Amino acid sequence: MAAIGVLSVQGAVSEHIDLIRRCGAEALPVKKPADLKRLDGLIIPGGESTTIGSLMKIYGLNDAITVRHHEGMAVFGTCAGMVILARELLDGYREQPRLALMDIIVRRNAFGRQKESFEAPVLVKGIDTPVEGVFIRAPVIVEAGNAVEVLAAREEGIVAARQGKLLAVSFHPELTDDLRMHRFFLEMCRA
Amino acid sequence: MKEQSTYRVKKGMAQMQKGGVIMDVTTPEQAKIAENAGAVAVMALERVPADIRSAGGVARMADPEIILAIMETVSIPVMAKVRIGHFAEAQILEELGVDYIDESEVLTPADEQYHINKHLFKVPFVCGARNLGEALRRISEGAAMIRTKGEPGTGNVVEAVRHTRMVMEQIRQAVYTPDDELVVLAKELGVSLELLKKVKQEGRLPVVNFAAGGIATPADAALMMQLGCDGIFVGSGIFKSADPAQRAEAIVQATLHYNDPAVLAKVSRGLGEAMPGLEISSLAHADRMQERGI
Repeated sequence: MAAIGVLSVQGAVSEHIDLIRRCGAEALPVKKPADLKRLDGLIIPGGESTTIGSLMKIYGLNDAITVRHHEGMAVFGTCAGMVILARELLDGYREQPRLALMDIIVRRNAFGRQKESFEAPVLVKGIDTPVEGVFIRAPVIVEAGNAVEVLAAREEGIVAARQGKLLAVSFHPELTDDLRMHRFFLEMCRA
Repeated sequence: MKEQSTYRVKKGMAQMQKGGVIMDVTTPEQAKIAENAGAVAVMALERVPADIRSAGGVARMADPEIILAIMETVSIPVMAKVRIGHFAEAQILEELGVDYIDESEVLTPADEQYHINKHLFKVPFVCGARNLGEALRRISEGAAMIRTKGEPGTGNVVEAVRHTRMVMEQIRQAVYTPDDELVVLAKELGVSLELLKKVKQEGRLPVVNFAAGGIATPADAALMMQLGCDGIFVGSGIFKSADPAQRAEAIVQATLHYNDPAVLAKVSRGLGEAMPGLEISSLAHADRMQERGI
């Protein structure tokens, strides 16, 4: 059984844990570097990316996650998690603490403020019918490097992408009963 | 193909705040301090509750000028308060583009009978509650997030503890009440049977539940998290203390590591003077904000 950690700093942690368990994998909360041992994959949940990023740094999680990723641990970022994974952030957020593992340029709050938040189906490459997309003050990828495979896009930008063992989506599969994005990630962890 | 502001989106926004601290601020400078300390959102106000208490008179929605200045300064969500039942103030806040509206007993109520019909808005609402009945009534009206009322502006956590324990106790009661007796419990609580069934099924409130009203120290935040709250509102506690930036950071870390006494001991050290507190029994009945909007 795959062991999947959920970064438990802030945000939709219990929702991800619930979905991973429903996929039949083991789910473990990650608060400190020691919690990363023996994980096959790590999910960075939705939440506030500034809060998650700065607390990760204070508790030494940034370096520890990077090391574990280079040893083969897959990482999946949803919404704020996408921001945390981005190599580059637009609109003056360049200094915001993050992992910067993925070769993507991300715009935060790309759809506007909360009242512009919405739901829309998303057709993801590799999944046969659209998944439920819940977009909350969501970011988008405005530019992706050559190693990045675009999995889904809207007119505002790329909303799902993969680079090796990294996966990033703008929306919140953890707020739905649709397990397919999580299953997709579990497949990546096994590869 | 695109559905805006569904209840799932409104409720989901609060889920993204879980495990975090939402701080009251009155200026863009304070908002920046809060953001740098790791706040998940700020509540834009003209006065913090402790000052509303001492100023007296009618407390209203903040000047849009203040709210907009704060929105321009930070990238985290900005919340703002309206008076209970004052849907016109809420329309104004929605127009400004605030991310969450707090229909709050901290301000002077505009309607003593009815709360705002929150279903009509695109912006999500948070409301205060002292017990399960109040919480579920607010959810019926469209609230997408609940917080304890506590006793705002006192720096005294006792009322927030009372309200959290009360909600938890009543949830346990719902869980153990057999289906055929649930109608009577719904009637006693003054809530819809459908919502009560949901509480029984899930063993928790159907929306995110934060602690608010009297939280002043990292230990207070840890206490409320251990009692089962999803996150923390700090009102006067930060900017009425001696060293707001350091205290804000300490409360954020205490909320994350709420069950790790070693971290709590470390972040509690040398914070300087906390806000001056108020004994609840010293408050006249009319000064108890928690009695507003039940």
